[in-house]
Amino acid sequence: MPTLTSAKKFPRPAFRAHGRPAPELIFGDLWEFDPAPETADPKLKPRYELFIGGKFVAPASGKYFDSINPANESKLAEIAHGSAADVDAAYQAAKKAYDTVWGKMPGKERAKYIYRIARLLQDRAREFAVAETMDGGKPIKESRDFDIPMAAAHFFYHAGWADKLDYVAPGRKVAPLGVVGQVIPWNFPLLMMAWKLAPALAMGNCVVIKPAETTSITALKLAEIFQDAGLPAGVVNIVTGFGDTGAAVMGHPIAAKVAFTGSTEVGKIIMRSLAGTDKKMTMELGGKAANIVFDDAPIDQAVEGIVNGIFFNQGHVCCAGSRLLVQETVAAEVLAKLKNRIKVLRVGDPLDKNTDLGAINSQEQLATITRLVAAGVKEGATMFQSPCKLPAKGYYFRPTVFSGVSMSHRIAREEIFGPVLSVLTFRTVDEAVEKANNTAYGLSAGVWTDKGSRILKMSSELKAGVVWANTYNKFDPTSPFGGYKESGFGREGGRQGLLDYCKLV
Amino acid sequence: MTGTAHAAFRRLFNEIGPVDHVGIEERVAKYTTRSIKKGSKLFGLKLAASMVDLTTLEGKDTPGKVESLCQKALSPAEDPAVPMVAAVCVYPAMVKYARRALGEDTPVRIASVATAFPSGQAPLKTRLAEVRSAVADGADEIDMVINRGAFLSGEFQLVQDEIAAVLQACGPATLKVILEVSELETYDNIRAASFLAMRVLRPNDFIKTSTGKTTLNATLGNNQVMLEAIRDFYLDTGTPIAMKPAGGIRTAKQALQFLIAVKETLGDEWLNNTRYRFGASSLLNDLLRQIEKERTGAYQAPYYFSEAAESY
Repeated sequence: MPTLTSAKKFPRPAFRAHGRPAPELIFGDLWEFDPAPETADPKLKPRYELFIGGKFVAPASGKYFDSINPANESKLAEIAHGSAADVDAAYQAAKKAYDTVWGKMPGKERAKYIYRIARLLQDRAREFAVAETMDGGKPIKESRDFDIPMAAAHFFYHAGWADKLDYVAPGRKVAPLGVVGQVIPWNFPLLMMAWKLAPALAMGNCVVIKPAETTSITALKLAEIFQDAGLPAGVVNIVTGFGDTGAAVMGHPIAAKVAFTGSTEVGKIIMRSLAGTDKKMTMELGGKAANIVFDDAPIDQAVEGIVNGIFFNQGHVCCAGSRLLVQETVAAEVLAKLKNRIKVLRVGDPLDKNTDLGAINSQEQLATITRLVAAGVKEGATMFQSPCKLPAKGYYFRPTVFSGVSMSHRIAREEIFGPVLSVLTFRTVDEAVEKANNTAYGLSAGVWTDKGSRILKMSSELKAGVVWANTYNKFDPTSPFGGYKESGFGREGGRQGLLDYCKLV
Repeated sequence: MTGTAHAAFRRLFNEIGPVDHVGIEERVAKYTTRSIKKGSKLFGLKLAASMVDLTTLEGKDTPGKVESLCQKALSPAEDPAVPMVAAVCVYPAMVKYARRALGEDTPVRIASVATAFPSGQAPLKTRLAEVRSAVADGADEIDMVINRGAFLSGEFQLVQDEIAAVLQACGPATLKVILEVSELETYDNIRAASFLAMRVLRPNDFIKTSTGKTTLNATLGNNQVMLEAIRDFYLDTGTPIAMKPAGGIRTAKQALQFLIAVKETLGDEWLNNTRYRFGASSLLNDLLRQIEKERTGAYQAPYYFSEAAESY
């Protein structure tokens, strides 16, 4: 029987026998990359108004606030601060559009507008990518390769449904709800807008939507596309502003349904305020996903998935794999490989095409991350941070990994929403499931193993809306996305997502 | 596959861990989105040029053609800032002509593809004789092929014993072990064969992707699998193994992507021609053309660059 040649037969130089330190890889500056900025013109306006009834209009209050580029803290534009009066005007416009045009229009006609929006967005993809990156701080390679194409894909997908709605609920007919109110977050500004708008429009609803205050620009650029596409006035209305504006959008009496993506904390406030009304709701809230690595997993590819899971979009992802559960026997190996991988992540100017991690979205979020990381250190977890250089100006945070974390640590329980990974270990499959499910959240999870049967077992036992196997952070318009428990309810994407925007008749 | 072979593979895979095909492809796709500009581009291009094993491996090779190849190796371009290539790579029968053309005292090394290249289907005795004769004729480096038949039937001991025998026949010459990745079929097998070879090799001996004589040659994917094997082996044992992707790398852009993989997987200590080579011939002129473009700001017509040899 063949055996492996032992080291004895062909002796190797015994480096460590002579007391030399363990070998290390050197990720230095021998070959440093020059700046490679994306130079497309984002075509920003100095001031953005509200978009109501198909026109850009000034806010009733006459007030504006600054939108800051988190990469260098410079002012990008002024954004209108919408008040309850503006929100009311938006709802009136939406209701009129619904009653007179959009609600009556055959699906195949609505589809034409939605296709047109998708195509115009593709035409202006580079411009939108640069605007998205400047406004939100995410790396240009992500806005260019993920956010914008995926937003267009959502419009395309739902445009395809608009004339086939008779088949979306077999045996039943569907009808639009009317006017829906939507509030979206700052982590994927344009993409979340597409997730919300596309199914609503395809189903025949009209919309009042509020983007996050730190990332309103691409929403209002999309309004320019609505105008170019000839979308009937009032079908989509955009009211920018802060929490008070959002509360007005969620609470307006005309809204037949509200959809919210954001923190669990705010989601609970909205649900409390709407208790007792007949509004339909969908909530896509926080997460603290477990990314589970078994000892038979392909370790290097798992490490890559861990990196994608937690450092994608600086960790500003509700489904981020922020808790790494790794089987004891491979924990040291995974951690060592993860550190080497993190050393080559490039943190810096989001507009640089080589940047892997861009800027933290806002000073406020940076403070939250800093506070939770300090809590992790204080509670005794071991911290590793990338030795990378950070730009002098702007909001940045080093990729951070905590090891020796226990389930009771704050960094294992609270959503950090930043590039911070907590590493925990487990011994058995049951312990992995137990630990993964021991959280108030349940949005997503990852499983890394070479064993197919274990993937199936885990995916049925994990209480999470999405379970990725041997990959992480994969999205598709055809695939429903949404949570369990305090991660929310309702689905976005696929047939299930459409059903949340209609009534069955 | 016989039961014994199956058990051998299972044992080896268990030891070195599996590779996920989809994950590897996803990792290497990221290298292709790196944007290398200006000074860093010029550095990368020159580094790549210094790593080229300028190759001619044709039945129709003549002493004259090998001489012209050597001339090109010594001075690839008029610009003195362009480095010499690392080595010329020729068949054993051509080694003595290469030595005559390059002289004894030259930094350009002579590599020779011994061991019944590219199939390796000759008796071991014949293969070893070929290695000894190439070294005696002046080869500094021997590129051998592994016994793929033995590998695929799980006879790992035989694969390793043959590599060890060739290593002994090499004497002081550097050994490059060609895995012929296209005949190994899977990334798991490529990783396994890498480990089998590395466990026999000396520091700074090479593992190499392919002969260039089959359908599929070096890709970012198989390069990555082998770089990761080298990294794991180095961190485990302290023995640094060098890497040579060969065949299929024709453009400067591709070469830069391979180098980015090296930079991000193995780090700075592998960014030199002791630890990393390109087995290629037409690559060199594309590198020169890009270097010239960086210098002058304009692309020159391909015919401004002398042909060294036909590509493989």
